[in-house]
Parts: sequence; structure tokens; C-alpha cells
Amino acid sequence: MRDLGIDILFKGVNFQRLLEGLWVSMRISLISVAISIVLGLLIGALMTLKNPVIKVITRIYLEIVRIMPQLVLLFIVFFGTTRVLGINIDAEYASIIVFSFWGTAEMGDLVRSALISIPRHQYESAAALGMNQRQTFTKIILPQTLRRLIPNSINLITRMIKTTSLVMMIGVVEVLKVGQQIIEANRTTDPNGAFVVYGAVFILYFIACWPISMLARYLEKRWN
Amino acid sequence: MAETILEVSHITKQYKEGQPVLDDLSLEVHKGEVVVIVGPSGCGKSTLLRTMNALEPIQKGKITYRGQEVRPDAKNITELRQKIGMVFQSYDLFPHKTILENVTLAPVLVQKRNKAEVEEEALKLLDRVNLADRKDDYPRQLSGGQKQRVAICRALAMHPEVMLFDEVTAALDPEMVREVLDVMLELAKQGNTMVIVTHEMAFAKAVADRVVFIDQGKIVEEGSPIDFFEHPKMDRTQKFLNTFSFNKVEKEAE
Repeated sequence: MRDLGIDILFKGVNFQRLLEGLWVSMRISLISVAISIVLGLLIGALMTLKNPVIKVITRIYLEIVRIMPQLVLLFIVFFGTTRVLGINIDAEYASIIVFSFWGTAEMGDLVRSALISIPRHQYESAAALGMNQRQTFTKIILPQTLRRLIPNSINLITRMIKTTSLVMMIGVVEVLKVGQQIIEANRTTDPNGAFVVYGAVFILYFIACWPISMLARYLEKRWN
Repeated sequence: MAETILEVSHITKQYKEGQPVLDDLSLEVHKGEVVVIVGPSGCGKSTLLRTMNALEPIQKGKITYRGQEVRPDAKNITELRQKIGMVFQSYDLFPHKTILENVTLAPVLVQKRNKAEVEEEALKLLDRVNLADRKDDYPRQLSGGQKQRVAICRALAMHPEVMLFDEVTAALDPEMVREVLDVMLELAKQGNTMVIVTHEMAFAKAVADRVVFIDQGKIVEEGSPIDFFEHPKMDRTQKFLNTFSFNKVEKEAE
């Protein structure tokens, strides 16, 4: 059998660099996820209001995010702002802005649908027990909303982690870019390096996303 | 006559246009009294009950609990609702809480009572409805009749002065109706003040101190169960009661 060239991974600081690249991916996605969850809860709650102005604005926001490929958003924020506004946003910040913008919209929509799926009677029976609005929301509505949110939001979070592979297009050196650099640098000595390196990148993504899926499965089991 | 606890005076409830759901309706509920409200579907009896807990706003008139006005926007509405317990047709237990937590949540959270004491009392209540052994189960593991009995315990744990029952057996299978009605009969025997909306006429006859018949948002007739069921004065009442009895089918001669 031909040499697979696994040793390319451990040459010099290659493996350490891949891990550093993974850390960049995780940093961008997890900061964005955290922002998206907080803002998404707010936007989702706003979306359930009857106010027509808020309805139209949130609707347009959601449609923009849905229609626009994330890559285009990245280009607009990274290159567009420099040209038009003359401000220079760091590529990693630009990525976090785009990912939060995207995540907030989708999270908001998930929160909205979870909130409206709580039967009106839950509010009424809480009220009939003398609970005020805050108690009803924190003890009755929110816990049920979170339970309904888990499957879809985990799906969103893992999608956000995976999609960070796009940010190399605006020059962020994340795990996939590091992988490409390693392959390029070793083209003469390890012409078969691509398979091993991309394989390693695959495993790293898997290691990052799998625990999150497991957590979701555990929570779903516990709550159902 | 015993003191008045709930007083509904000349209330009108109307959705935008058209026929009012409740039309200048007045009703008093006295301490220790069991008032049963009957009437055809859509007559406004459930709506009336819901207004008594300020779950529905009214356009005219006034509802008072011991002289204090019961309105959705009243400042002390959460305190008033603690005094006016309510049980719903669809039980509406909190699905993310165990049976015991369903009963103890509001007394601890709203009334700030000692958790251990509330739990002890909740277990006694659950024991009275034969569900103490299910305390750690979740609502979805219970049958409809069991859930409704828990819902009654949940309302009782708040020590309300009057209990409102909104067609609590309407969503239950026939065998489960009985177990819930038995619990309510027991409560009536103990002298609890209750307002009950129901379609179970035999139960109404057994439990009521006073029967109120509502049609098209108005009280058509009210009286003791004997007067009401045996000697209804109004034609409308007679017609309504007739819908519950059947004549033996006589096969047509061929």
C-alpha cells in the first residue's frame, strides 16, 4: 500500500497549527452563537408582538438573512464597509458580525415559533393561580419554550460552526485555511498530503460538533 | 343568608359587533354555596365563569369579590385570583413539572409559603384524590381524569375562598367523569364555595344548592335543584331539560 503520509500532520508545528485554526473557528462560531441566543430570544419575543411595524421590520430582516448567502454577507461587511464607509473592520470581527446577524435572525424565528406553540391555556392557568406576568414567563412559559427550542437550535449551532469554513474567503486563517497552507507548503515532499490533512480537518470538525449533538440528545431524553 | 363572596352586577360582554355574549347579567355567590350554571352551548356560561376570574374583560357592569372589583387591569388582581380558584376543561397542568411540583409551585412562588409545609399539604391533597403515589410522575403519564384531579388539588393548595369549575368533565371519557365528580361532591360536602359550569345534569341535581340556567347571555331561570329540575317555570328551561331525556323508541309497525 502506498504511504498515506500521516506523518505530515506531525511535522514541525503542523498539528499545533491545525488546533490553533480550529480554535479560531470555534471562537468565531461560539461567540456568534452566544450573541445569537441572547439577541434571538429578544427578537423572537418581539416577533410575537402584534405591532405591525415590528412585524414588517423583523420579517424583512429574516428574509434578507434567508435569501442572502452567508458568503455574500461576509463580502459586504468586510469589503463593502471599507469601500463605502472607509472603516477597516478586522476580518474576524467581520465574521462575528455576519454570523451573529445570521444566527440572531434564525434563532429569533425559532424562538418565535416555540413561543407561539405554547397553548394560551398555560398562560391562563398560571394567571388563575395568581402568578404575575413575570412569574408566568420565567416559571411556566420560558422553560417550556427552551425545551421546544433545543432540537432546532442545536441544528443551527452546528450549522454555524460548519459554516465558519467560509471565513477563510475574507482572509481569516481558520482550521480549513491552515490545512490548505500545510498542503501547499508540503506539496513537493508530501504530494498525497491533501487526503490526510483534509481528513484531519474533518475529524476536528466532528470533535467540535459531536458533543453538542450529544448534549442535545441528552437534554431531549431528559425532558421528554 | 350567608355573606356574599362574589357579586356579579349587570355585566355585559360583547365582542365588537353583534349579539352580546353576556347581557346585563347579575348573580351573587354566597359563602358555602354551590352554584351550578347550566345552559346550551354558546350561551355564555363559560364566559361568565371566566369573567369572574378576570380572564375575560367586560364592557359594562361590575364584578366584585368581597367588595373589591375583579378586573383584568386591577392592581391587586393577582391577590384576588389567589382567592378565586379555577379549574379548566383541558386541565392545563404544567407539562414540565411533576405532579407534586404542579401543586406546590404557586403556593411557594406566589404566596411565599414554606416549601416543606406546602409539600406536606400537597401530599395530603393528592392522597385525598388517590394520587399521592403519582407525585413524581409527569402530567403526560396520567389519564385525563387523573390530570383533572391534580388540577383540582393545584387550585385547592392556594386556599381559595371560592372555586370556579369550567366544564371540568367535558373532555373526559365517561368512566373518568365519575372520579372527578366524586371529588367535587366531596368538596361540596365540606362546605366549600363553588361555582360549577357543567353539562352533567344528574350531577348538577346532586351537588347544587342553586341552579342557574343561562341562555343567550341572560339568566332565564334560577332556583333550587328540585324546583329547577322537577318544576321548571319557563318554557325555555323545559325545552332545554327535554334535550336530556329520551323516549323509548317504539318500532314502527311494518
